[in-house]
Amino acid sequence: MKTAIVTAEKRVEHITTEVPIMNISNLNVYSKSAHILKNINITIPKNKITVLLGPSGCGKTTLLKCMNRLTDLYSELRLDGTIEIDGQNILTERNRITEIRQKMGLVMQRPYPLPMSIYDNIAYGLKLKGVRDKNVIAEKVEKHLREVALWDEVKDRLKSSAQRLSIGQQQRLCLARGLAVEPEIILADEPTSALDPISSRVIEEQFSKLKDDYTIIMVTHILRQAKRLADYVVFMYYGEIIEHGNAADIFENPQTDILKEYMRVGH
Amino acid sequence: MTKRLFIDKLSSRWMVLCLSVLLLLPLAIGLGLVIKSSDLWLTHALGSLIFSQDWSPSESQFGFWPFILSSLWVTVVALIISMPLCLLAAIFLTQFAPTWMLKVMRPVIDILAGIPSVVYGVWGVLVIVPLVADIIAPMFHNESLGYSILAGALVLSVMSIPYILNMILEVFRQVPVELGEASLSLGATKWETIKYVFLRKGATGIISAYGLGFSKALGETIAVMMVIGNVVQVPASVFDAGYPLPALVANNYGEMMSIPTYDSALMFGSLLLFIIIITINVIFRYIIYKSEAI
Repeated sequence: MKTAIVTAEKRVEHITTEVPIMNISNLNVYSKSAHILKNINITIPKNKITVLLGPSGCGKTTLLKCMNRLTDLYSELRLDGTIEIDGQNILTERNRITEIRQKMGLVMQRPYPLPMSIYDNIAYGLKLKGVRDKNVIAEKVEKHLREVALWDEVKDRLKSSAQRLSIGQQQRLCLARGLAVEPEIILADEPTSALDPISSRVIEEQFSKLKDDYTIIMVTHILRQAKRLADYVVFMYYGEIIEHGNAADIFENPQTDILKEYMRVGH
Repeated sequence: MTKRLFIDKLSSRWMVLCLSVLLLLPLAIGLGLVIKSSDLWLTHALGSLIFSQDWSPSESQFGFWPFILSSLWVTVVALIISMPLCLLAAIFLTQFAPTWMLKVMRPVIDILAGIPSVVYGVWGVLVIVPLVADIIAPMFHNESLGYSILAGALVLSVMSIPYILNMILEVFRQVPVELGEASLSLGATKWETIKYVFLRKGATGIISAYGLGFSKALGETIAVMMVIGNVVQVPASVFDAGYPLPALVANNYGEMMSIPTYDSALMFGSLLLFIIIITINVIFRYIIYKSEAI
């Protein structure tokens, strides 16, 4: 009885301190033959780590790609519903799509460094933003490489190709590259799936630190990772949101059989 | 030794043998050409053979300069036309066009590549030569019979398009989609992504496509021979007739053998072609090596 009251209080407190950064309502995504996302309704809280959890192929990555409109690249996809960021529906936006994408940094399953030097990988986004001053660029390159704990490893070879870094370093470089455009949100799609445990831990540690300044939305199918990082969990299954809420509540007290099963198998 | 191990050994040896044939072939061809042309280069100074413009076999004057220049002119002009065309077409087909268009284009490209060069030659004589004589040359206040470097280059550019385009398409197909997504997610437009990311990623492949196209165009014989005029002169402009090296060999080999060293001279012409192609290949290799270092 007592514990129930405590959780209820916690929940109330949690909701009142949350500031929403993104509102997704009635989002449906169809391909030619399938209904990929079904009636998605969620609010993403600011400065928290929101984890999209679920088995492979349940639509997590598609949902993530909707958020920065990379779905535009796939002409067979049809979207309806709204995704609001700063009160503006990004799905109907035509002209300011590059600005919208710069509000979000993307970290992918495998690192894809741009075919240029380490320095230019970070400077790329800045130059696109119109930053021309070389000193400002150099300053920011250093700042963001430090932010992902890569500066000391690469400071002597900034002009060498980014392809020569180890895969773990490349992933951190890709994170830094995303941070350089000063986004509000970091979108991460299974960011550690190609990495060894040590590099994975480095990335996870960065994420825990970064949430002070950024909102993080991370896709994962690794339950333990979700437990380590998540403040807020969205559990998806076959294109639907099955459960979502505060991480502690979701993991301690799953409501649906699917999530219970997923948590049982995931251990 | 068991039978399986024996077969295993045998098969790998066999592959080495095949490979060595492949490696020795260009050497053998080069050596053969050097030996067969020795009558000429032993009796004439190498400098005058290459840089002299006097060509009168009956007086034992063999200056290859007009042929070398014609070959280079026609190839370079052809590639100036086809290189940007192929690049833009490949970018459009892989990045902008709906997928069905690429599917339609593939067989079209294969057909273009499969058309015999003599057919291109006939098309050149019927269409390109009059086009150059009646329309293009007057536009530039030039008089031309139409049989010219430009006509050869136009025919050659059309012939090299399927070849180069196919290779560049492959280059762009191999650029991972995620690389594009990474660039777009940083706020790049589609064009910026193509310009800064895809072209850079594909640079090595594009350069080697151009290099192979160059070699192929330089050696193309029959179609060029039919429209270029075959006049021994140093072409002053693209509207002049020329006489490229392959045409020289193809037109004269087996004839006029009464003239001493003429046979060797034609072999020397082939050798020059061979050397130019090797040089071009080395240059492109070097550029590729440089671009890979980035």
